[in-house]
Amino acid sequence: MLPIVLLSVFGIVNLFLGFLRSNRALLPFVLVVLALVFGLNLLDWNHAGSLPGVFDSPYVAQMLTVNNYSVAFGGIVLLTALVLLPFSRSYVVAGEPNLAEYYSVLLFSLVGAIMMVSYNHLIMLFVGIEILSISMYVLAGSDKRNVRSNEAALKYFLQGSFATGVLLFGIALVYGATGSFQLDGLAAGIAAPANASLQPMLYVGVLLLVIGIGFKVSAAPFHFWTPDVYEGTPTFFTAFMSTVVKTAGFAAFLKLLVVALPGTSAVWLPTIIAMCMLTLLLGNVGAAVQTSAKRMLAYSSVSHAGYLLLGLIAGRGQLQGPAAQGIFFYSLAYSIATVAAFGVLKLVADQRQREDYAGLAGLARTNPLLAFVMTVAMLSLGGIPLTGGFFGKFFIFTAVAGQGYIWLVVFAVLMSMVGIYYYLRPVIAMYMRPAELGNDTPIVVDGFQSATLVLLAMLTLVLGILPGFLSGLL
Amino acid sequence: MLTAFLVFFPLAAALLLHFAKGGAARALALGASLLELAVAIFAAFTYARSGPGALDVNLSWIPSAGINFHLGIDGLSLCLVLLTAVLVPIILATAFRHDEYENPGAFYALVLFMQTGLLGVFTALDAFVFYFFWEVALIPIYFLAGAWSRADRRIAITFKFFLYTIIGSLFMLAGFVYLYLQTGPAAGSLAAHSSDIQAMYTAGKQLAASQQAWVFWLIFAAFAVKMPIFPFHTWQPDTYTESPAPATMLLSGIMLKMGIYGCLRWLLPVVPLGVSQWQQLVMVLAIIGIIYGAIIAIRQRDMKRLIAYSSLSHVGLMIAGVFSLKAIGLQGAVVQMLAHGVNVVGMFLVADAIERRTGTRDLADLGGLTRRTPLLSVCFLVMLLSTVALPLTGGFVGEFLLLAGVYEFNMWAGAVAGLTIIFSAVYLLRMYQRAMLGPDSAYSDTITDLSGKELFMFAPLIALVFWLGLFPGTFLHLSEPTISSILTAVGR
Repeated sequence: MLPIVLLSVFGIVNLFLGFLRSNRALLPFVLVVLALVFGLNLLDWNHAGSLPGVFDSPYVAQMLTVNNYSVAFGGIVLLTALVLLPFSRSYVVAGEPNLAEYYSVLLFSLVGAIMMVSYNHLIMLFVGIEILSISMYVLAGSDKRNVRSNEAALKYFLQGSFATGVLLFGIALVYGATGSFQLDGLAAGIAAPANASLQPMLYVGVLLLVIGIGFKVSAAPFHFWTPDVYEGTPTFFTAFMSTVVKTAGFAAFLKLLVVALPGTSAVWLPTIIAMCMLTLLLGNVGAAVQTSAKRMLAYSSVSHAGYLLLGLIAGRGQLQGPAAQGIFFYSLAYSIATVAAFGVLKLVADQRQREDYAGLAGLARTNPLLAFVMTVAMLSLGGIPLTGGFFGKFFIFTAVAGQGYIWLVVFAVLMSMVGIYYYLRPVIAMYMRPAELGNDTPIVVDGFQSATLVLLAMLTLVLGILPGFLSGLL
Repeated sequence: MLTAFLVFFPLAAALLLHFAKGGAARALALGASLLELAVAIFAAFTYARSGPGALDVNLSWIPSAGINFHLGIDGLSLCLVLLTAVLVPIILATAFRHDEYENPGAFYALVLFMQTGLLGVFTALDAFVFYFFWEVALIPIYFLAGAWSRADRRIAITFKFFLYTIIGSLFMLAGFVYLYLQTGPAAGSLAAHSSDIQAMYTAGKQLAASQQAWVFWLIFAAFAVKMPIFPFHTWQPDTYTESPAPATMLLSGIMLKMGIYGCLRWLLPVVPLGVSQWQQLVMVLAIIGIIYGAIIAIRQRDMKRLIAYSSLSHVGLMIAGVFSLKAIGLQGAVVQMLAHGVNVVGMFLVADAIERRTGTRDLADLGGLTRRTPLLSVCFLVMLLSTVALPLTGGFVGEFLLLAGVYEFNMWAGAVAGLTIIFSAVYLLRMYQRAMLGPDSAYSDTITDLSGKELFMFAPLIALVFWLGLFPGTFLHLSEPTISSILTAVGR
């Protein structure tokens, strides 16, 4: 509970800091807030409710549950935001007038993300998703003089609100069939239906829920907004969108399916399998044909939604098990690598004014550090050993193969071969192609951002070399 | 812990290289690789004194999945560890001769990084540790082959190489995951499965023959691409030809052995029934590779490309020896892995020496070099004759044992495979004749002979050629227990 309270309070405080007419204090302030909240969140590990008697879990009429699951995923979300923030330096330097608002919206959106990972009540899920989504609509359009950014915001808003409607409709139908919003109440209601004639309503409701959340995590065939929105959104917020929204979305998704809806797996399991295969196919093939690195990363984020959907398939029985473990590790490795990739891309794009592969050419010579970090990120996203991404895929694949879906794993492995093809292209551009004329000046990176990039690369490698620290947590 | 030190010391040195510049970087890299050689020799003595138990490292790595960081050195591993440890200093010294490399420190660091991957592969006793190092070895060689190459087509060539090998190894990973899910928990472990080599052997053996048949191909895909066996070889000639000389040496001298070692350790004993089902087919492919590589080699003008095809042909014979499933053939494969590693590195060293002096590798432009280069000619000839398998050289012992194994398997297969000796005499002597003898070329009067340093690089290779040729018993004795246990596992 403390993270939610603190993020909301400091979000508002941060708005008032905006009156200072100086952006210098904002970034350190938000970093400190996030570090504080990240630490407080971890205090809940293994003993839910950090202040006994005041904030006992589950909180407030059983609306939210804090347990290791929510702490772990909340931790990923907060960590991602924390390591992403240094890349907003360019806003500070450029004297962006609305920076305080951006940061506040960012903090508020994290409130939504934390609700999504710790909900115990479908209304909390809905509120969490909406807090996160509305913040994202705003941030997608934050570059308000840029047509692409406006287009992104509008597209995201229109399609997103439609999906919200679908989700809400699904919640209503499921509630109608079971008479409960609580996760355990839902499970009980599904296991022992009071009125058998309501079963079709329940099934339609479950399907609509899956579609609604599927849209938010950009699972095919509800992914069409993703490439355009990710490309139009300012890179800093794209990185936020593709990591935080996805992590929180999948944490919520797994919880919903495993805790509340195990009785309806006859409906959602085939749906998820079909979505998973389609997402893997469209995401990977889509990414393979891009020439813009940013758009490639957008499609790649769709493909990663496919691997995470694969993890959902392994979700059986209790929440904490191989599936949660796999999704946790995968989300962590994916978030870190994605932040690193977008971070480098933003630094390059800010100076070279282009986001395609050719813009990355010759980076190994001008900025060996950026090239190295980008390479580590690409290898991790591609799932090559020595990086966290490999073990993310490994844990998910073994969990799914352990459930007997060998053919699905084989398909996913084939798709990750396609992935290696396009993740190698930025690496080739950086190390093997000479920079174009006029694009060969070193990119200016301040010490703080360099340190963050080094940290991200180190984290990725540590996850890839010593996964044992985190693999058994959930 | 000695084994873990052996594996990770080159990596530590590679990281330190980041802080060294110029001459210091060279001294550090060479010093580290020589120290590594000393440690490898020490490990060999430890093994001789107290057996493989002293070199076993078994640490918890991913406890929740039952994966242990398990390394160990037995006789077979030791042979390849020694080969790697001997060749890496020579490969580094070759890199020192190339002043044109940009950012040379990174080059040396990647060579040492590669050594860690290779040694990890040769010592891993856990399926996922093996896979881990298998892929780790790919990353540095990709950059070595691509980023320092000056060929126009380097991007396409290394891309093909990377995709080929990684796709092969992903199949292997799928095979390992499948086997891993069949294993039971290890003693004293909370995890449901174990990926230890013994658990994998047990799991593989209890599979039905029909399952083993396709698990065989999943695992063999990785090895087939790496060795490479016909028809998975198409990445190889281009990559060997266009890579910088040290990268080519790593690829042909050591990395290729990963595939054969993988067959011996991770294929034959794991799916014995699968092996016997596909034995004939693999033999046929291997023999096609022998003849195909040799015939193409005869037509080559580019020295490196010629050696690349010759290597393809020789690897075919090694694969045939392994899949003959006869003790003599497997033993031959072990000796030939060592001999081929030495020979092919020596041949590429010669090609590099000539190319650095003349700027060309094209046989049409060379000729009459021997007059001013007696030392180079002698070194060339020794390496060449060992590759041709002349008695007294390492190549002879290896090929003789291999052919004996193939002959035991099938007389006609042995007869056809035996052509390799004739063919290699044809194309290698042709190469020697065109380059070193024959009518004078533009370089005949200007070329300089080997310098003292270069002679120092050839010396260990020549010594090994004769050691392997005169006293192969040293190595046969080392690998014999492993080979017989593999054959017992296969049921021969």
